[in-house]
Amino acid sequence: MVGRGVLKGMWLVLREFLSTYPLGRMVLRVTGQPAGNRLVTVQYPDEKQQHAERFRYFPFLVYDQTPDNLRCVACKICEQECPPQCIHIVGPAKDEQGRPLKVHGRTYPVEFDIDTSICMSCRICVDVCPFDAIEMDNQYEMSSTERFGEMAFNKEKLLKSNEYFQQIKPTEASVVDQRLEAKKPKPAPTQPPTPPSAA
Amino acid sequence: MSATTAETQLLEINLGPQHPSTHGVFRMIATLDGETIVKLKPVMGYLHRNHEQIGEGITYVASFPFTDRLDYFNAMSNNFGLALAIEKLGGIQASERGEYVRVIMAELTRLVNHVAVTGFLLNDMGAFGTPLLYAFRERERILDLFEAASGSRMMCNYVRPGGVREDVPVQWLERAREIVNNFPIFLDEFETLLTENEIIQQRAKHVGVLPKTLAVNASITGPMARASGVNYDIRKVDGYSIYPKFAFKVPLGSVGDVYDRYYVRILEMRESVKILQQALKDIPGGPAISPKGQAISKAPRTFKPPKGEAYGRVESPKGELGFYLVSDGSSQPYRYHIRAPSFINLTVLEDMCLGQKVADAIIILGSIDIVLGEVDR
Amino acid sequence: MWASLDELKSVLEQQLPGVTVTVEGAVLYVEPKNLVSVCRYLKDSERFRLDYLANLTAVDYPPERIEVVYHVYSMDKKHGPLPLKVRLPRAEPKVASVTPIWRGAEFQEREAYDLYGVIFEGHPDLRRILLWDGFQGHPMRKDYVVEDQNVLEGGPA
Repeated sequence: MVGRGVLKGMWLVLREFLSTYPLGRMVLRVTGQPAGNRLVTVQYPDEKQQHAERFRYFPFLVYDQTPDNLRCVACKICEQECPPQCIHIVGPAKDEQGRPLKVHGRTYPVEFDIDTSICMSCRICVDVCPFDAIEMDNQYEMSSTERFGEMAFNKEKLLKSNEYFQQIKPTEASVVDQRLEAKKPKPAPTQPPTPPSAA
Repeated sequence: MSATTAETQLLEINLGPQHPSTHGVFRMIATLDGETIVKLKPVMGYLHRNHEQIGEGITYVASFPFTDRLDYFNAMSNNFGLALAIEKLGGIQASERGEYVRVIMAELTRLVNHVAVTGFLLNDMGAFGTPLLYAFRERERILDLFEAASGSRMMCNYVRPGGVREDVPVQWLERAREIVNNFPIFLDEFETLLTENEIIQQRAKHVGVLPKTLAVNASITGPMARASGVNYDIRKVDGYSIYPKFAFKVPLGSVGDVYDRYYVRILEMRESVKILQQALKDIPGGPAISPKGQAISKAPRTFKPPKGEAYGRVESPKGELGFYLVSDGSSQPYRYHIRAPSFINLTVLEDMCLGQKVADAIIILGSIDIVLGEVDR
Repeated sequence: MWASLDELKSVLEQQLPGVTVTVEGAVLYVEPKNLVSVCRYLKDSERFRLDYLANLTAVDYPPERIEVVYHVYSMDKKHGPLPLKVRLPRAEPKVASVTPIWRGAEFQEREAYDLYGVIFEGHPDLRRILLWDGFQGHPMRKDYVVEDQNVLEGGPA
């Protein structure tokens, strides 16, 4: 019979339509029909999608305890490996004689910029970092009214604490913490930290 | 003067580049005699970014995020293709669990692509919204799986030479099993809606017929070639990765029209579900990436494959996706070429459209299944 | 099917008098002037039936040569892909088109022309395909100078 296929399809659409209303779902249940295959729209911005833990957006720099104790030593591996070349590092910081300055026994970058208008959130910087100093954030609401300037994140804007990292990505952070704990040398010789001029 | 001798004028029209039916910035210059197409020239390149040149200036691993953006519906398959070519070039062995995860991802990608393209094809036929949104609802569930495993819905950047970047999270396999097991229910519903629908049959049968000999001669691959009866599926003929372990069939069409192309995709999804069920059942434990792959992933610049060349190919949902790599012994490829299936499948667009109506050209293009990120590279 | 490339070479040289091919590694090098006859033989002969051109591209080796690479496969007998190459002088890269043999070469040859400047003689419609008509130069050549390497945008001062 011509038209049977169309009618079958229309019955399916009607069923799907009914299943979007509580009353319709009740009708379907009573008549023994499958109750449809629902996926409810999330009413952004009133409610927000629950993202997976691994959800990644732009990278950020991790520091332990205080913002001057950042893990980055300005080795520039991420700058070199970044596929779209969006990372820009100046450093490591040096004194007048050209000797590297150290905070908490580590060198540190003078400047660390990420141009988020170029960044494509690929996570390669995280993969290649030998110090677990850079991690992926999951903040995605960062529109700006300016094309230049605001989209280029500097060191101050990129720094976030390890507690924040543990909070947004507990599984990954615990793995990183364990790895760093294992790598930690025996108590370092006590040395008065040189206060950095920038931080 | 009778109507048969009346002089008609040929009319040249541009379809695209800004046109919803062209699936992106693609342009067709069609010459019409009345409603009938007498000549059609595709114009492309609006999204060209010289991906190959970018690839020659960065390390092998750094090209992975760029391959995501080739065919942005199938990031995982594209990653897989490049990973296979690099493994061939550098002689890297993949870990067994890594192979399973990669195959699971590639087959999920096939489901994602085929439901989406079927929905879009129906949109092109004039069934606005309804089938497309039913398709996208299923696609969204699978994209959630991708996000849980790789951190991104579409730009996954997940597969690496030697395995995958990180193992799937806990509970992921259970979620995947549930979604895969429920997928045939959706497919049955989808087919109830579409396959026997008389309007679709009227619209798609015997439209845009591609003969088998032309399909082979013009290097057509993927579901499009199989709809014309060409028995060519790289998963079968090359048996790459662990595909020989799984039992599945290669569905073939007989006529090679738009309807066959639609139906072959539905059948392929059913076969993909079979592969997925087997893979999700058999997946072994162990590391998700081999030690050598791990080293390359952590320090891309230390990977310097020996001088030589490799042509690695996979059966992407669109067809044969090939990566041709030439190494000069340094950490960057000397030549990095992509054989893009949707680009080459466009070769026969004119042949299929000649003598058809304008509205048919739209669904013929829709049935080829192009993604402009891959066509233009 | 062929047991080794050397066997393929001897078959080709026997069947096509006057044609010499060389084997280097896993690649068969053909002289540009013989390309069409070799390809036609490989496609039509009952034994090989290489009826499907999988991939066509060019590789630039400055300063002297450009190589065009063909990967051919047999849908009929399911063997391959066989890499074929021709060496062309870089100053004037010209080779006969294989589009009359394999339609699949049509867009791929246009792409190789666009990005490398290889002229395929006998191609039905050799135009730029990815770049626009007025574009100067061939960007995939190794000596092509990219306009602006500085990706980090500074913005207005």
